[in-house]
Amino acid sequence: MKHEITLTINGQSVTAEVDSRLLLIHFIREQLDLTGTHIGCDTSNCGACTILLNGMSVKSCTYLAVRADGAEITTIEGLAAEGTNHPLQKGFHDQHGLHCGFCTPGMIMRSVDLLKNNPDPTEEEIRWGISGNLCRCTGYNNIVKSIQQAAKEMQQEKETTV
Amino acid sequence: MFKCKTSAEVGGMGHSVKRKEDARFLHGKGNYVDDVKLPGMLTMVMVRSPYAYAKIKSINKEKALAIPGVLAVITGEDLAQYNLHWMPTLLSDTQMVLPTDTVMHQAQEVCAVIATDRYIAVDGAEAVDVQYEPMDAIVDPFKALDEGAPLLRPDKDGQKDNQIYHWERGDRGKTDEVIANADVVVKERIHLPRIHVASIETCGCVASYDKDTEKLVVYLTTQAPHAIRTIVALVAGHVGLSEEKIRIISPDIGGGFGGKVPVYPAYVVAIAATFLIGKPVKWIEDRSENLVNGFARDYHMDCELAATKDGKIQAFKVSTLADHGYTDSSANPSKYPTGMFSICTGSYDYEHAFAELDAVYTNKAPGGVAYRCSFRVTEAVHAIERMVDKLAAKIGKDPALIRLENFIKKDQFPYASPLGWSYDSGDYEATLKKAMEMIGYEDYKKEQVEKRKQGKLMGIGISTFTEVVGAGPSKDFDILGIAMFDSAEIRVHPTGKALARFGTKSQGQGHETTYAQILAEELGIPYTDIEIDEGDTDTAPYGLGTYASRSTPTAGAAAAIAARKLRDKGKKIAAYLLEVSEEDIEWEVGKYFVKGAPEKSKTIQEVVFAAYTNIPPGMEPGFEATHYYDPPNLTFPNGAYICVVEVEKETGAIDVKRFVAIDDCGNIINPMIVEGQVHGGLTQGIAPAMYEGIEYDEQGNVLNGTFMDYLVPTAVESPHWETGHTITPSPHHPLGAKGVAESPTVGAPPAIANAIIDALAPLGIEHLDIPITPAKVWEAIQAHS
Repeated sequence: MKHEITLTINGQSVTAEVDSRLLLIHFIREQLDLTGTHIGCDTSNCGACTILLNGMSVKSCTYLAVRADGAEITTIEGLAAEGTNHPLQKGFHDQHGLHCGFCTPGMIMRSVDLLKNNPDPTEEEIRWGISGNLCRCTGYNNIVKSIQQAAKEMQQEKETTV
Repeated sequence: MFKCKTSAEVGGMGHSVKRKEDARFLHGKGNYVDDVKLPGMLTMVMVRSPYAYAKIKSINKEKALAIPGVLAVITGEDLAQYNLHWMPTLLSDTQMVLPTDTVMHQAQEVCAVIATDRYIAVDGAEAVDVQYEPMDAIVDPFKALDEGAPLLRPDKDGQKDNQIYHWERGDRGKTDEVIANADVVVKERIHLPRIHVASIETCGCVASYDKDTEKLVVYLTTQAPHAIRTIVALVAGHVGLSEEKIRIISPDIGGGFGGKVPVYPAYVVAIAATFLIGKPVKWIEDRSENLVNGFARDYHMDCELAATKDGKIQAFKVSTLADHGYTDSSANPSKYPTGMFSICTGSYDYEHAFAELDAVYTNKAPGGVAYRCSFRVTEAVHAIERMVDKLAAKIGKDPALIRLENFIKKDQFPYASPLGWSYDSGDYEATLKKAMEMIGYEDYKKEQVEKRKQGKLMGIGISTFTEVVGAGPSKDFDILGIAMFDSAEIRVHPTGKALARFGTKSQGQGHETTYAQILAEELGIPYTDIEIDEGDTDTAPYGLGTYASRSTPTAGAAAAIAARKLRDKGKKIAAYLLEVSEEDIEWEVGKYFVKGAPEKSKTIQEVVFAAYTNIPPGMEPGFEATHYYDPPNLTFPNGAYICVVEVEKETGAIDVKRFVAIDDCGNIINPMIVEGQVHGGLTQGIAPAMYEGIEYDEQGNVLNGTFMDYLVPTAVESPHWETGHTITPSPHHPLGAKGVAESPTVGAPPAIANAIIDALAPLGIEHLDIPITPAKVWEAIQAHS
C-alpha cells in the first residue's frame, strides 16, 4: 500500500509516495539519494543509520518512512552549511576520530543529541552516550576526545553569544 | 627518537598531520559500494540454507518468478551450464559458487533472486521453494577424523577422509628429546575461537556488464582489486571475460580487517547475473548474512614448553587441529598452508621447536580470513605468550622477569628463529621496560599482594609479542603464482603538484595522508600538494592490495624508491640549470644546491617545471616514475603490552583497570595515525579476549549470528587505551618502517587473558580459553571453591 508523506529534510520540504513497509533509512538513501547515512546491521545495534528526527537521535533502520510524515529530519549532509563544519565534524577531524568513516555520520548525529542533553559530559557519560553506536576501527579513545573537543567549543560559543 | 627532516608545512615523516581523506567522510560524501547507483540497476538477494548439511532435493522458482519485479532466480544448475558453479580457492581447494546437490553449512548460498528493488528481491527469496533432506553434520572438528565419520568432500578426487592437509616445521625428534629431559614442562590445550571481522560495512558489489563494449565493471568491497581482476579473468576467461575488459573499482571501504580479501560466492553470482541479463546488479550483504559467513582463527593448539628449573626456555612444541569448515578458502597469500604460524617461537631465544598442524573439514562456513593479522600470527602469539605465563606461574617467577631473561637480545639481530624466520631488528628489553615503567609495574605487584591478602582478585598480564608482516617477499608469498610485490606510480605535474597511484587500497588506514607524507619526505613537495589514488584497476599500477600490514612495508617502500628515481633525475636537471656538473649538486629536502655555494640553488618545483619546459639536451621530458617493490625480507614489529584487571568473585565480572601498549614499529610516518591504528587494534584485541566467538549447536546452527548476540565492543567495553613507542628501524626497509596495524590485535588478547588468569590464580585456576566471559569466570570460580 502506498502513502503520501511530507516531511522536512535538511531544511527542504519533501513530499513523496512510500510503501507501508519502506524503512526510513531506505527512503533517505534510495529515494532521496542522501547516502551519507549508512546501514551496518539489521538489528538496530550498530547505529550507522542514526539521524536526527525532530531533534532526537533515531536509528532510521528501525523506523518506517510513513511514520516520519510531518517530521523534521537532519542527516549528516545537513548538519552544517556547505563548506563549513559543525563543531563535532571539526572535533572528529582534529582528534582523528574516524578511520574508515562508515560509522562516522551515525556517531556524529548521535553525539549532537548527546551534547544537546548533556553539554559538558564526563568521559564515562560520553562512552555510555555513544554505546548504541559501534565503531570497529578507532577503539573509541579518539571519538571520546572528538566529542570532548566539540563540547568545549560549543560551550565557548554559547558563552560568547550570551 | 625519530627527528623530522621536513617542516610542518611540507609534512614529511614524523608529523601528525591531519588526514586529507576526512572531509568527505565527515560530510556524508564518502562513496561506499552501497552508495553506487547505476541506471537500470537491479538488486540481488541470496537464498540461504537453514541446514548445516543437507541434500537439495528440489528448487522451485515458480512462485518467486510470479512476483512482479522478480526477473530471475539463478541456481547452481544454471551456473553449471557455464561451468561457473565451483571456483578455486587460493589454497588449491574448491568452493561452491552455488550448489547443485548438497549444502555444506548453515547460511550457505543456495540460489540468487534478481529483482528491480531490494524489497521485491527479498519477497522473491522468501517465495523460492527449496526442498532439503537434512543429514548429520560434523560440527566438532575433533570428530571429523573419527572412523565412520561421513566423508564431507567426496567431490574431491582421492579424498578418503576429512583431513585437508598435515603440515609441520622444525625438528620433532630433537624437540621431543629436550622436552622429555627438561626440568620443567608446562602443557596446555589452547583454543583461539572462531571469530568474525565484523567491519561495520558488510560485503557487497555492483557488477555491470556492457554487451556492446564487452566491458565488465565491478564496484567491489575488496582490499585487493588487482588480484580480484586477475582471478576473475582466470575463473571466467572461458565465458569470454578477458582481463583487459575487466575493471575492478574498490571505492571507499567501510573497514576491511582481512574480511574483504576473499572472493565470496555472491560476487561471482552477481557477475554472472549482469553478464547474462546485461543490466547492473547490486548485491549488499545483510549483517546476519555477514556474521555467519567467513571466519577467522579456530585453532585448537596442544602446547608444550620446556625449561630449566630457573626458567630458561629450552624448547616449544605445538600440535594444532584447525577447523576450516567445508573448504580451505583461507585468504592466505603465503606459500605455507598455515601462513606465518611458525612465528610461534615468539620473542625468546632458544634452539628447539616443532610445530605441526592438521586441518579438517567440518560443516561450517569456510573463511580462514587473515583477520588483522598476517595469517595465523595471532594464534601463534597467543600460544607462546600463554605458555610463558604458565611456565612463570609453575616455577614461581615474575612473568616480566622470565621474559627479560629469555628475550632475544638486541645485538642478536638479524636473529634466525628456530622455525626459520630471520627477525630483522628489535630491542625487546627496552620495549618491555618502557611498558613496565609507564604502567608502574612494581607498584601494581605490591598492590596485588595487598589485594590478595584481602581476598580480592586482581591480575596483571603481560604480552611481549613479535609480529611478522609486510608480505612479500616473493620467495615466501604469492597469490595464484603472482609475486607479492607492491607498486607506486608518481606523476609530478609542471606546476610542482603531484598525483601518485598505488596497488594497495586503504580501508580506513589513512593512505591518502601517509603516502603523501612519504613523498613529501622524499621530494620536499608539501603533502597537501600530492593527491593519492588507489583502488581502480584501470588507473592504478598492479599491486596485491592492503592486508598483512603490508602497505607501508611494500607500497610505502615503492613510493620512496620511485621518489628517489625522480630525485636522481632532478639532480641532472638542477646541474643543467645551475651550469655545474652533476657531482657538484647536493640535495636537502625540497631543493638542490651547489656544493659549497648554497645560495646557488633550485627548488624541486623549479626543477620539475624545467623537466617540462627547459629540458636538458638528450633527456626524456616529464617528471614521472614508477617502482614495483619486492621486499628482501618481512618486517618484524614487536610490542610489550601490560594489562591490569580486577575480577568480582561473586559475579565473575571483569574490570580492565589499565592497559598500556608499547609498540615498536620502526620509524613512524604519522604518529597520530599510528596511535589511532593501535587503539583500534586493541579494541579488536579485547573483543575475542572477552566478548566475541561464533558458537554452534550440535546441528551446526550458528547461535549468535547477529549484532544482538555477537558482542562487538562498544565504547563502554573498550578501555581507555594508553600507548607509547620504542623505535628500532627496520634495517632493510627504505624508510626504516615496519607496519603497525596488526600488532595490537595480535598482542592484546594474551595480555588480557594472562591478566584475568593471574587474577584467578589464588583459586588454583591455571588456564581459561578466550573469550573469557563473566559466565566462564563464574563457572571456573565455582569449580575451584
